[in-house]
Amino acid sequence: MTEAPTPHETGQEPEPQPLGFAARFHVWQRAGGIAVPLLTTVFAFFMGGLVVLAVSHKNPLETYREIFNGSGLNWFGSFCSSSGTATSIPCVATTNLQQTLIQFTVLALTGLAVAFAFRCGMFNIGGQGQYIVGTLAAVWLGTSLSGLPPAIHVLLCIVGAALAGALWAGIAGFLKAAVGAHEVITTIMLNYIAVWTASYLISGPLQDPASENAAPISKQIDAGAQLPVIWDQDLNGGIHLPQGLHMGVFIALGALVLYWVVLNRTTLGYAVRAVGFNPEAARYGGISVSRNYFLAMAISGAFAGLAGSMDILGWQFRLDLTSVSSTGYSQIAFIGIAVALLGRNTAGGVFLAAMLFAALKTGTSTRNLDPTVFKPELANNLTQLIQGLVVLFVGADVLILYLWTKGKKLRLPTRKGSPV
Amino acid sequence: MDEGQEAPPADTERKSGLSTHAEVAPRALFEPIRIAAVGIFMGVFALWIVLPPVVVRSIAAPLLIGGAGVALGAWAIRDGARRAGWGAVASGLIGMIGGVVITRASADNLSAVVTWSTLVSLTLAFTTPLLFAALGGMFSERSGVVNIGLEGMMLMGAFFGAWGADKTNGWVGGLAIGILAGALLALVHAYFSIHLRTDQIISGTAVNFLAFGITGYIFNDIWGGSGGISGGGVPPLPAVPNINLDFLGSIPPHELGTFLKDSLTDLNLLTIAAFALVPITYVIMFKTALGLRIRSCGEHPRAADTVGIDVYVVRYASVVTSGALAACGGAWISIGYVHTFSEQQTAGRGYIALAALIFGNWRPFGVLGATLLFGFASALSPQLENVVTWANYGYLFSALPYLITLIAVAGVIGRSIPPAAVGRPYKKQ
Repeated sequence: MTEAPTPHETGQEPEPQPLGFAARFHVWQRAGGIAVPLLTTVFAFFMGGLVVLAVSHKNPLETYREIFNGSGLNWFGSFCSSSGTATSIPCVATTNLQQTLIQFTVLALTGLAVAFAFRCGMFNIGGQGQYIVGTLAAVWLGTSLSGLPPAIHVLLCIVGAALAGALWAGIAGFLKAAVGAHEVITTIMLNYIAVWTASYLISGPLQDPASENAAPISKQIDAGAQLPVIWDQDLNGGIHLPQGLHMGVFIALGALVLYWVVLNRTTLGYAVRAVGFNPEAARYGGISVSRNYFLAMAISGAFAGLAGSMDILGWQFRLDLTSVSSTGYSQIAFIGIAVALLGRNTAGGVFLAAMLFAALKTGTSTRNLDPTVFKPELANNLTQLIQGLVVLFVGADVLILYLWTKGKKLRLPTRKGSPV
Repeated sequence: MDEGQEAPPADTERKSGLSTHAEVAPRALFEPIRIAAVGIFMGVFALWIVLPPVVVRSIAAPLLIGGAGVALGAWAIRDGARRAGWGAVASGLIGMIGGVVITRASADNLSAVVTWSTLVSLTLAFTTPLLFAALGGMFSERSGVVNIGLEGMMLMGAFFGAWGADKTNGWVGGLAIGILAGALLALVHAYFSIHLRTDQIISGTAVNFLAFGITGYIFNDIWGGSGGISGGGVPPLPAVPNINLDFLGSIPPHELGTFLKDSLTDLNLLTIAAFALVPITYVIMFKTALGLRIRSCGEHPRAADTVGIDVYVVRYASVVTSGALAACGGAWISIGYVHTFSEQQTAGRGYIALAALIFGNWRPFGVLGATLLFGFASALSPQLENVVTWANYGYLFSALPYLITLIAVAGVIGRSIPPAAVGRPYKKQ
């Protein structure tokens, strides 16, 4: 591709700068609208389907329909009595939908944790560490402050977890602001420090000595510290199916609204976005860049810490080693990266992307798949694969922009002419 | 203050990232870098005397020796060797604190944990995958491409190494297929981050997700789940051979010979290869034209382009090399050490390698030191499990590499300075 030489190239040539996250984001927004993430998702599912067909020789359409049914989203189409009798089994679609919404709660929050930092031009890859610190704070406060009134106890646990997450991410924000340490490196390190410290605490100070479990496990939080269940299935006169939908889903929705308001309707949000677009211009305009790096990182961490408290106070009630381990099922904050990228760091986008991944995660869980249609153990990895493809192609905005703008004659500007 | 002139050769070379030769300056007896080296040694010595087989039980000894290390470090800092000097201060402090803590533990427990020959052999083993991946990462990052995807590339090596060893019924075929798989994944990362100019961190993250998905999917499909839910599990795999070094036992004196034999016996071929790779990488990177090209693409791609270096080709080659090397490290885990495969087997080692690369300041021997330190930290945790009440301290030692790297990145003990153009996509004109 040859470009027409710009006036800059005749004289002292400035070093080309990479586009900042926010600048890319802005161009992208103009160029693609909602179509790009949709195309990306369809493409990722298409590729996933090819893998299903080629490697496992299964029908991808049937597999996807099975996953859709497993996600509980078919609840909206079929009638399902939620109050069963002694002979009827609990309604599977209802259970699945509740699970999907529980996952949505956490994914929306971890997605926001990535998205907020993105809008300030930072990549918070440390959501997992902040999430773990949040779960630790929730377990510690939930087990130690016995005797408080339930409402206050829950609130304290939630606030404590958010603060812990904010503090953990704040370390990375502070280091970026003070000495310019790259936030990707510091948050990765903080992730693993959190993983191992949590393992130590669960098998040490926080361990439940009375537990007969072979592997170390923490004490269970007080009943008063648990989030109220708002939708569960009453089997037969007072016996409730465990793990109903908890209040947390409203907290996640509230956080989405808060995210939109803070970013778009407050001075703080304006400053954060300005730094994200162009730190130099923001500095010139009198905005303290380092202060905003720190604040944006801390707020991001607060979202992730909040996500941790939702899992503990909502349904886990205790921590074990696998739920904090670096290979355990709980790679939830990493899915948050995919959520934020696919949702294009907007509140509405994060809502939809979190719903998609929550449905995918519940739909591919082992108990929901018919082995004759698709091997259940494979499904979780199919989710990973789709997630990887989504991140890869959402990240490749230049490719998508190129394809998209072929007809529109819109060129990706360099930093020299970057959008203001 | 003419600190610039008195700065030790190592620092001079680091500041001008492109110099191929270290400045050779005559060294005085009390040169700050030597004082600092003695200080670092004092800190280590303070720890050594309280551990088996010496086991000094008085707290005065580690305090005095460690304190001397701190003092020497302070002296070195005053005379200009900042990085090494702070290292000596840290080493002395660790010696003092660690020494006091250790003298309070029971001697029986200490001898259960600290068996030097076991610790050395475990350290060498755990260093191997880190060294491969970190040296690989050095190629990629020195050429200007951040490689967060090391973890995924290791995982590809681990799984496809095992798969290939099973299919070809030999470890050579396994290793080759594993390396190929890692290189292929690296090629994806390279294409997206070089050609499509995707943000390199996002591309690396995506590549990690892909590797989790691909290896987990195929693993479950052919070997039927981690618990063998629907299949027979992983078949016995051909292993990378160990090299028998029993002849070391005949080295006099007897104690030394026995120690060498116990700690180095049955060294894995890949372990030897990893350590041999350090000087090789050093020569390639700092003594050849090829290395100069790689580094110039990482420091100033436009300048490299101007003198006729094809930045894209160099970056592609470097990233693919890094994938191949990381895959070697992964293959060591599956067919060199545990002789089986499990989902997400690499368990974050790619990220430790990344940490070692940063802590080792993007230099081969720095990386060697960092991976040995991190390998030692990993070797301590299984040893600590020999004492029931200490088992969970192993987790804290596992956190240590990351904490040290965090401190290094923060610039408390000398700053880690990455290649100037790392992470920046380059656009040809």
